[in-house]
Amino acid sequence: MNLNWQFIIDSLPLYLKAAWTTLKLGFWGILISSIIGFVCSIVLYFKVKVLKTVIQVYIELSRNTPLLIQLFFLYFGLTKLGVALSETACAIIGLSFLGGSYMAEAFRSGLEAVSKTQIESGLSIGLSKTQLVRYVVLPQAFSVSVPSIGANCIFLLKETSIVGAIAVVDLMNVTKDLIGIYYQTFEALFMLVVSYLIMILPLSLLLTWLERKVRYAEFGN
Amino acid sequence: MVTVRIAFISIIFGSLLGIVLGVIWTSKSKWIRSACRLYLELFRIIPILVWLFIMYFGVTTALNIDLSGETVSVIVFTLWGAAEMGDIVRGALESLPKHQIESGKALGFSFWDLYRYILIPQAVRRMLPGSINLATRMIKTTSLVVLIGVIDVTKVGQQIIELSRLEVPTASFWVYGFVFILYFIICYPLSRLSRVLENKWNG
Repeated sequence: MNLNWQFIIDSLPLYLKAAWTTLKLGFWGILISSIIGFVCSIVLYFKVKVLKTVIQVYIELSRNTPLLIQLFFLYFGLTKLGVALSETACAIIGLSFLGGSYMAEAFRSGLEAVSKTQIESGLSIGLSKTQLVRYVVLPQAFSVSVPSIGANCIFLLKETSIVGAIAVVDLMNVTKDLIGIYYQTFEALFMLVVSYLIMILPLSLLLTWLERKVRYAEFGN
Repeated sequence: MVTVRIAFISIIFGSLLGIVLGVIWTSKSKWIRSACRLYLELFRIIPILVWLFIMYFGVTTALNIDLSGETVSVIVFTLWGAAEMGDIVRGALESLPKHQIESGKALGFSFWDLYRYILIPQAVRRMLPGSINLATRMIKTTSLVVLIGVIDVTKVGQQIIELSRLEVPTASFWVYGFVFILYFIICYPLSRLSRVLENKWNG
């Protein structure tokens, strides 16, 4: 199989631009879903009435439906009811809607892993509630959650591959166009795979390293 | 229903291959372990949609064969399912106490009998919640096949929208809402079941 390198060089700018779009979407998606997830997990942890049920319903809905359908619903469905959103906005909302529940689960498992003795000891040496959360609960919870938060980040970055379906010009969309217009199938697919490897491989290695680092916080558990 | 067929076939074959892969994975050879690991990471790092594209556009052109979108989806989902299932089986087998294997060997069990009567039955409990979760993930991911031209439930929805565009302008809201609920109805009981099993067997 001989790759047409000239074609690859020519299409490089297109891929760079698309990769940038993917990264941007991934960044916003991860950021917003972390915030959603954090708030949700706090509400679940403190068992706030009513809100807790709402959040549980949200989590089940978002975990048990595919992102593609969520995006189609947002992009094609809601426009018909007069809520017009741009493709990028839809993509970010969709990713955050999906990611929020995954992040919530990650944070929640961390919070629940903090043992009761830790909280009781904290109270008995006279820490206030804010101090308790800030210095005792959150650091320990965070170190437990890091592996699953990391896995979620990679998951979300990969899920961005779907937004091409609602006309966001991302890596998938560029590839599909190049295949359709120039029939340079191998070159386009080669670039696609390389782009994803360049984005996700370092992230995956970084997370493995980070995971090992934060394990120290679990010492004595 | 094409969606159900794709999901069903790939879950069955994926699990069978995954069990074989998981048993191979526990081998002591470093090379075999790294090969399995590489295989899994390839599916973890590269999005499934990209794999569908590679199979659908790349492999068919390279080998000069003609595969339907449905065949391509089944192949990709099976390979992916096998990779993830292999990891689950490996985790379950490795979590079993070592003396189980040693006692089995001491009693003179052959390799097959050891797995058949001692290891697999114990591992099944530990891998069931994980594999049900994997099944829901695979069902959800089948929604992607519409993007390589398979007539699945989403495509049928799009056709209904096209047809009723004039009479019911808000059709896409209802149709996509319906597909959304449909996936939820299939996946929710499964994820519920996996959580119940997990709680029951952990506690």
